[in-house]
This record gives sequence, C-alpha cells and structure tokens, in this order.
Amino acid sequence: MSRWLTDPLLTVEGLTMRFGGLTAVSDFHFSVGRGDITALIGPNGAGKTTVFNCITGFYKPTQGRLALARTGVANPVEVEALTRSGRRFATMQSGDLFLLERMADHEIAQRAHVARTFQNIRLFAGMTVLENLIVAQHNALMRASGLTLFGLFNTPGYRRAERAAMARAVGWLERINLVERADDPAGALPYGDQRRLEIARAMCIDPALLCLDEPAAGLNPRESAELTTLLRSIRDDDGVSVLLIEHDMSVVMQVSDHVVVLDYGRKIADGAPQAVREDPKVIAAYLGVDDEAEVIAAESEIAAIAGDSP
Amino acid sequence: MAAPLDQKRPDLSRALVDAGFAALVTFGLSFPILALRTEQDMQNRLIVEPRWSWSVIAVMVVFCARLLAGLLSDWRARALAIPGALIAVFGAHMGVTQALTHGAGITALGLALLIGAFALDARLRDAPAPVAAPRAERADRSRLISMAGLAALFLFPFVMLAWLGPQGSLKWINNYGVQILIYVMLGWGLNIVVGLAGLLDLGYVAFYAVGAYTYALLSTTFGLSFWICLPLAGVLAAFWGVILGFPVLRLRGDYLAIVTLAFGEIIRVVLINWTDFSNGYAGISSIPRVTFFGVPFTAADDGFAAMLGLEFTPIHRTIFLYFLILCLALLTNVVTLRLRALPIGRAWEALREDEIACRSLGVNTVNTKLTAFALGAMFGGFAGAFFAVRQNFVSPESFTFIESATILAIVVLGGMGSQIGVALAAVAMIGGTEILRELDFLKQIFGESFDPAQYRMLIFGLAMVVMMIWKPRGLISSRTPSIFLKKRTAVAGSLVREGRG
Amino acid sequence: MENFLQQLVNGLTLGSIYGLIAIGYTMVFGIIGMVNFAHGDVFMLSAFIALIIFLALTQLLGLASMPVAFLIVLVAAMAFTALWNWAIERVAYRPLRGSFRLAPLISAIGMSIFLSNFVQVVQGPRNKPVPPMFTDLIHLTDGPLGVTMSYKQILIMAVTAALLLGFWFVVQKTALGRAQRACEQDRKMASLLGVDVDRTISLTFVIGAALAAVAGTLYMLYYGVVNFTDGFTPGVKAFTAAVLGGIGSLPGAVIGGLLIGLIETFWSAYFSSDYKDVAAFSVLAVTLIFMPSGLLGRPEVEKV
Repeated sequence: MSRWLTDPLLTVEGLTMRFGGLTAVSDFHFSVGRGDITALIGPNGAGKTTVFNCITGFYKPTQGRLALARTGVANPVEVEALTRSGRRFATMQSGDLFLLERMADHEIAQRAHVARTFQNIRLFAGMTVLENLIVAQHNALMRASGLTLFGLFNTPGYRRAERAAMARAVGWLERINLVERADDPAGALPYGDQRRLEIARAMCIDPALLCLDEPAAGLNPRESAELTTLLRSIRDDDGVSVLLIEHDMSVVMQVSDHVVVLDYGRKIADGAPQAVREDPKVIAAYLGVDDEAEVIAAESEIAAIAGDSP
Repeated sequence: MAAPLDQKRPDLSRALVDAGFAALVTFGLSFPILALRTEQDMQNRLIVEPRWSWSVIAVMVVFCARLLAGLLSDWRARALAIPGALIAVFGAHMGVTQALTHGAGITALGLALLIGAFALDARLRDAPAPVAAPRAERADRSRLISMAGLAALFLFPFVMLAWLGPQGSLKWINNYGVQILIYVMLGWGLNIVVGLAGLLDLGYVAFYAVGAYTYALLSTTFGLSFWICLPLAGVLAAFWGVILGFPVLRLRGDYLAIVTLAFGEIIRVVLINWTDFSNGYAGISSIPRVTFFGVPFTAADDGFAAMLGLEFTPIHRTIFLYFLILCLALLTNVVTLRLRALPIGRAWEALREDEIACRSLGVNTVNTKLTAFALGAMFGGFAGAFFAVRQNFVSPESFTFIESATILAIVVLGGMGSQIGVALAAVAMIGGTEILRELDFLKQIFGESFDPAQYRMLIFGLAMVVMMIWKPRGLISSRTPSIFLKKRTAVAGSLVREGRG
Repeated sequence: MENFLQQLVNGLTLGSIYGLIAIGYTMVFGIIGMVNFAHGDVFMLSAFIALIIFLALTQLLGLASMPVAFLIVLVAAMAFTALWNWAIERVAYRPLRGSFRLAPLISAIGMSIFLSNFVQVVQGPRNKPVPPMFTDLIHLTDGPLGVTMSYKQILIMAVTAALLLGFWFVVQKTALGRAQRACEQDRKMASLLGVDVDRTISLTFVIGAALAAVAGTLYMLYYGVVNFTDGFTPGVKAFTAAVLGGIGSLPGAVIGGLLIGLIETFWSAYFSSDYKDVAAFSVLAVTLIFMPSGLLGRPEVEKV
C-alpha cells in the first residue's frame, strides 16, 4: 500500500536550504506517492513552507535533488542520467521527468504541472472570481491565442479555447459552490470561500501535484469538513496527488495516506498516519518534551484524544 | 463621512486659534523667500529689497482661508466662501486705492458669495448625510458616455469650423483638440505599463522622443514618407523598450522607477550632446509636413484644396492632423481594450494584483512585463512620430522629465487602468493648462506688469497636489472585469491593487 | 597623478553635497516608502533662502565677518527650509498616507513643479550670482599643475562631516532615532507601542530638509550662482545616489553620494563633461543589475 515507495511522483533527496548562517532544512529525503494525499507536518518553524518553496521553485535549494516523474514510474537510472546531462527536464522512456531544483517557478507550474496555494491567501483580489480561474489557464489560452495574434482577431480557434476555459472554470465554481459569486471580486469573498477558490484556481492549471499550504487554517468545523471532502474528491475524481502542510491534525489524520514529520529542518518520522501518530519522537516534537517517561504519558494522552475523533 | 458631532458644529475660538497658527507658519514660510526680493542692480551686483506687502498678503489669505475652512463644515461651502472672501478683500483694496465704484461692486460680489456660503453650509449641516448611490450600473453608463463622447470627438472640428470660421477655429482644433488628444494617446499608452501591469515608468517620454526623432531623421535624411515612418517609429520605440526592459524588469518597483527615469534622462542628454546625429539643442527643423496620403496640403494646383475644389486654407491640414491623432488614439484604445480581454492582458492585471501568485500559476512574469513595456513604448513611439509631423520641428527640450511626470499624472489621476478616466484626466490637465494661457484679461485687474503665463506651471503643480488629495485613487477607480458569467459588475477601487513592480 | 588628486578633491566636494541631499531621499523612503520627488526642489529653495539671508545680513544689517555670516546663514537656512518641508508634508503628503502608492508620488511631483515655479515667480527667472566667499587656495602640492584646495572645499567637507556625525548620533542614540527606526520596521506596531508616528514622520521631513539646506548653502557657496531650475538635476543625482547606496540605508546614501560625485568629476576630467550624467546613470543601472538592493541595502527576502 506504500505507493510513495513503489510509485513516487516526486522524490526529494538530500534537500538542504540555508539562509545565510541559518539552516532551515537539512538533508531532507521523502517522496510523494502518485495518487496519494501526503501530509507534511511539524511544529511551527520546522521548515515546512521552505520545503514547499523549494518544490515550487520560489527558493533555489542549497543542495538536493527534487525529481518529478509526471507520467510514468520513475526509473532511478534515468533520473541519474538526466542529472548528469545538466538538463532541466526530458522525456524518458518511462515518461516525462523533471528536476525541479533546476527550474524557475513559473516553469515548474507550466511544464512540470505542480500547483500550489499559499499560507496567506494570494488571490487576485481586484479581479473577479471567474477571472482568477481564467488567469490560471494562462498558458493554455496563450497557446490558443497564438501568443495574442489570433486572439487579437478573435479567430474561431481562440474562441473555442476561451469557451473551454470558461467551461472548466464554471465546472470548478460548481464544485466549490461559488457559481453565484462568479462575477464578484475575489477580495470580497468570505475567508473560507477564498481558501476554496485558491484551491480551485490551482487546480485550473491542470496539475499533477497540488501543494496546499495550511488549507484548513482559519476554517470553521463545517468548512474543514467540506475541505476534507474536496481534497478526497481531488485525489479520487481528478487523480491529482496532493501534498499538504497542515496543523489541523483531525484533517491530516482523516485524509492523508502518508505523513511526513519535520522538526528543526530534519525529518523525524515518515509513514502511514497511524504509525506516525504513535511515534514517540513525533509526540515529543509536538509537545516539546525530552524525558522518556513524559513521552509515554503524552503518548497515551494523545491516543485518548485521537480515539475520540473518527 | 460620519464626522463626529463636535466636528460638525464649528467652534469660533478653535477656528481662530487654528487660523492664527496657520498664519504664523505662513509668515515663517514667507519670510525669506517672499518678503525679500533679490535683484541685480546697475553694476550687475545682486541686491536684496524688502517686499513685505507680499508676505502680509500671503499671511492674510491663509488666515482667512483657514478661518473659513474652520467655520464651514462642508467642502462645497468652503469652495464658495474662500474665493468669496478673496474677492471681497480684493474689491475693498481696489475701492480704496483705485476706483471706488468698481471696488464697491467687487466687494459686494465677494460678500454675497461669502454669505451664500454660510447659508449653504447651515442647510447642508442640518441635512441628513447622503446615502451612497449604488454603483452596479456603472459599466453600462460608461459605455453610453463613451459612445456619446466618440460622436462628439468626430463632430468637434466641423462644429468649430462652422461656428468660428477657419481663422477662429484653428486655435481650438489645434491647441485644444490635437494637443489634448496627443496626451490622451500617451496616457493610454502608459496606462498599459502603469495602470494594467502595475510597473512604475518615470521615463516614458524617452519612447516619445525615439518616435519623434525616428520620423524627423528618416524623413530629413532619407526622404521617407510619414506613412512608412509611423510604423517604424513604433517598432523602434518598442525595440528600445525591450532593450531597457530586459535587464531592469527584474528589479523591484522603486528601482525600476529610478532606472526608467535615468533612461529618459540619458536619451535626452544623448540627443543634446551627439550633435552629428541629432543636431543637439538646435534640434531638427523643416521636417516634411503631413500629406493627405501623398497629396500635400498646399495652395498649389496638385494640393488637397485644389483637388477637392475647395478654397485653400491651412485649417485643412489641422483638421487632418486632428483626425490622424484621433485615429491613432482610438487605435491605442481599441488594442488595449482587446488585449485586456486576452490572456496577455489578464496576465498584466494579475501581475499588478499579485506577482507571486502569477508565478505559481505558470505565468512567465518577465515576458509578461516585457510585452507591457514594449507595447506601451510602441504607442509612445507612434505618438512621437505624430508630434514630429505636427510640429515640423523636434528638439530635446520637448522631452523633459516634466512630460513623463505629466503623462504619469494623467494615468494616476484617471484611475489606474481606466481608459475613460485617463481621457478625462488628459482633458482636465492639458485643457486646464491651455485655458491658463487665456488669462490675459487678468492684466486689466492686476495691472500690465502682471504676467499670467508665469503662473501657469505654478497652478499646474498645485493642481496635481490638490487633485491627488481630492481623488487619491483617480477619477474612475473602479475596475471593469474582462470577462463575466452573468453580469459585468465593476470591481470597487478599494479592492484593486496597484502593483509594486 | 596630480590631476588625479585634484579631481579627487573636487569629486569629494561635489559628492558631499549629493550625499547630504540623498539622506533626505533615503530617510523618507525608509519611513513611508515614498519617493519624495520634491526634495530636489526643497534643496533649490534652501539655496535661495541661504542667498537671501546672506544678502540681508551683509547689505541690510551690514555684517562684515564672513565666518559669522556663514554660520548664521547655515542655521537660518536649515530652520526655514525645515519649516517649509514640515508644511509641505502636512499639506501635500499627510492626507495621502496609507493611500495608493502612486498618489503621494504624483503629489510630490506636483509639489516639485510648484516649488520651482514659485521661486521663479517670486525671485525671478534669472541666474543669481553670489558674491565670492572663502576663495583662498591652499596648495597641497607645488608647481604649475599643483593640487589646490580652496577654503570653500575644506569648509564643505568639514561641515558635511560634522553634520553627518551629529546626524548619525541623533539616529543611533536618541529616542527620536529609535522611533524612526521602529516606524521604518513596522509603522502599525510602533504606533501600538506608543510611538507618535505622525510626529516621527514630520521630524524625518524636518531633518531631511535641514540636511538639504546644508547642501543648498554649500552649493550656493561652491558654485556662486543659483537658479530656480537648480533643483532637478542635483535632486535626480541624489536620488540616484540613494538608490546606488541602497535606498533606506543612511551610510549607503552618503557613500552613494560620494561615488556619484567622484564618477561625475572623473568622467568630466578624463573623458567628456557632456556625458557625465550618462556615466552616473549607467553605473547605477549596472550596479542594480548585479546588486539589486544597491551597495548597502538590505537584500529583500521575498516572502512567499
């Protein structure tokens, strides 16, 4: 069942990120299984968002390899060959292979199809909900508009592409229950709706991997439940792998297939949710205790709490 | 505008203290620069002469204005009262020193305004606060306004011609019509860069200069016609836009501003100093005039007038120039409006809203910025070529920083991104400064030594400050969405961001 | 070699003036993130104020001692220019605080146009020649091409150095400096912690204007002529210096000013004075491409 070992979509090896003298992430290894919901958890300041920023190209990692096998099972020999070739991406026998650490942020979204959301929501506040979803389809529409030339004359081909983009956007609006607000500015939506809209916008780039940075932060219990349903549907209906950073343990435990725990920039646990939950090192990291006896006490406490939630 | 109650009921003693403080500050401000005037004497030595009257007048004006502003709570009443008080004081002064009857009349007028203002204020103060009108129908209304405006623009020269004749209408069509339209076009061009893409460009005039010199040099050295040079001017300006943009568009906003400003200055310094190329300060003169697609506007037998069997008058060329710039400006507008509804235009606006989000969605921000920069430059280049063909003369003095600042002010005052707003702002700013040229009648009031032309730029600068304070987000701050599902509803200006690139 | 030393002296003199103006740009930018376009014209205004006060002292009051006159002129120009900038901030910028970024910029450009035309209207458009002062030369090396330094140049460098030290003390050691740096970091938080933000910003404008007035007085002294158009070019150069040094950084502004002064003088001396502006701007552009935050600016970490 551990798909992250048999069929990893993303393989991160030896990821290290230093800012001046500060090492935010050090020698981090993990993989995201194809079709999994993977949760990256850890206490505040553990370096989770830094890992996200490295994966999505906003930071250039100091060291490490981030290989994404978009279409087929990654072959380590091919990854090695691509690394040596000095190229950023290539179509190999096993499928399209991307080395994310070599690619610019927009390239990662455009070519490797990795989408993301942000911890502090980054919608285009002054544009309408619909426009937000259309901008997300920029590259597809840009191609259809012949780099603007066909678009300027409104050729039938471009009109068709625009209609398709519109249909896709409306489809997503229906899924997140915002059709009624399509023509309202995104900045005027309530917080919970903005969170869902940001996820829908990321989905509009047709991602292979969707990275969500604390999608449940600030949501009320009903909205959290909706989010859980949405994430499952993205995994099951759209076949998109999800990597999420989350503090809300009930969301993590309910939806994830695989949990990776980061503390002080190092991985301390990696496995199925149940196994991670019972890992004393994780409990210690969350509760900040060192003493063995206290760990055991805390462990049973957590088990009691966890037992309450379904 | 829910002002607290104690602010609504003005208080005389507080207003007096406030006005006294303002008067004191004014006295401090005016002491060296107004109260003492430097003058060269017969031996060319600089001497200083006291001129206390100016200082006293300034202090009095500020005191009165501040006092009235303190006593009146509504801005409309203030706007009426302050000129009223000034007119009354001026009339009293005139009555004492020059003509009693004239003075008394002017004083009465001023007092009447003043009393009217107080009455208005009293009424407004007791009236309930107006409820903000719903803004949903804005988009439809602005469409109607633009259609009517377009019709008026096409009829304008003919109406003027019929009304004032070829002599009288020349000034209106040329100084107002053509002049304003040039700035409308420049404003629309810069609007792509600043208003849509949110990039601060302080050197836009450089592209205007590139366009103007392209036509000036190609036509005088190689004899190329305007219609060949026009596209070339646009292409060259766009090329320079890319050359400049490529290294600097990675920089963050304020750095971009200084580099663009520096670029504008470099172009001007090169034009001044590289005399073999540009003839330096002297500029390039006798640039070929515009022709009606090959037919010259002359009194000759093959001229435009003779061809149509009309009597020759120079107004034909002016009207042609008017329609030429109108078409160029409308082309800028149509292209911009179309681009806004295309992926590239949406990417510009998205870039202005949030660059990081753009990158996360796969938008190549460098290319997107470059296209905005190049397109804005291209329209600047077109306008430059038109400027050269209209003036028949170009020199570096036409391309100073003030021009860039004026165009930028038009874009910001228009409300960033709004096409109609930019056009209105151009009319207000350029039309306004042109009207200031007509103030010669003030000589009759203030005496022959008074030169109103001196005050033109002074008032222009003050107007920029006042208009920004009055409408910081511009005349039309709401944004029209580029695409809609059910209904196009304008986005309130407070949600729209201005970018920081 | 001698030419080199001579140009070094000249360049440092000019650079001192740019540095003093640049501090005003960089401080205002640091605290409210606004490019104060009117600052160059405030500098020009201060030169006029200095000139008028100097003439009033020597002609109307008959003061004969040059050093005393210079001191009074310096202090008075600083005071009156500070008052002007205080009033400008109150009228033209404070109502726009927290508004769109470009609104205060346009307001400042309007203020700049207003100030230069105001001076033109009230003092006339012609060049104002100043009676020469402190013209004695010191010969640093002998010979026909000997390196000389005038009393003026010594005065300019000495005054600049002294005032910069004093200013540095204010920013580093006093409560005002702390408030200023706090506002720079986070204005909202500073106000929550009891810093009077409005007053701090006002004082920033006052200090910036006072330093610009020092530059204005020295400029009048050095060039011996002032004109109402003199604000723009030194203003743009000083702004360039502030960006080159890393906008927001006070030592950066001074170093940037000195560099721009040196580049201009050396370029004029060894190549052509026609293109000295191009040289200064090109150095800026090249520096920014390789060091996007300027020489001493804090590198901006992109918050994602």
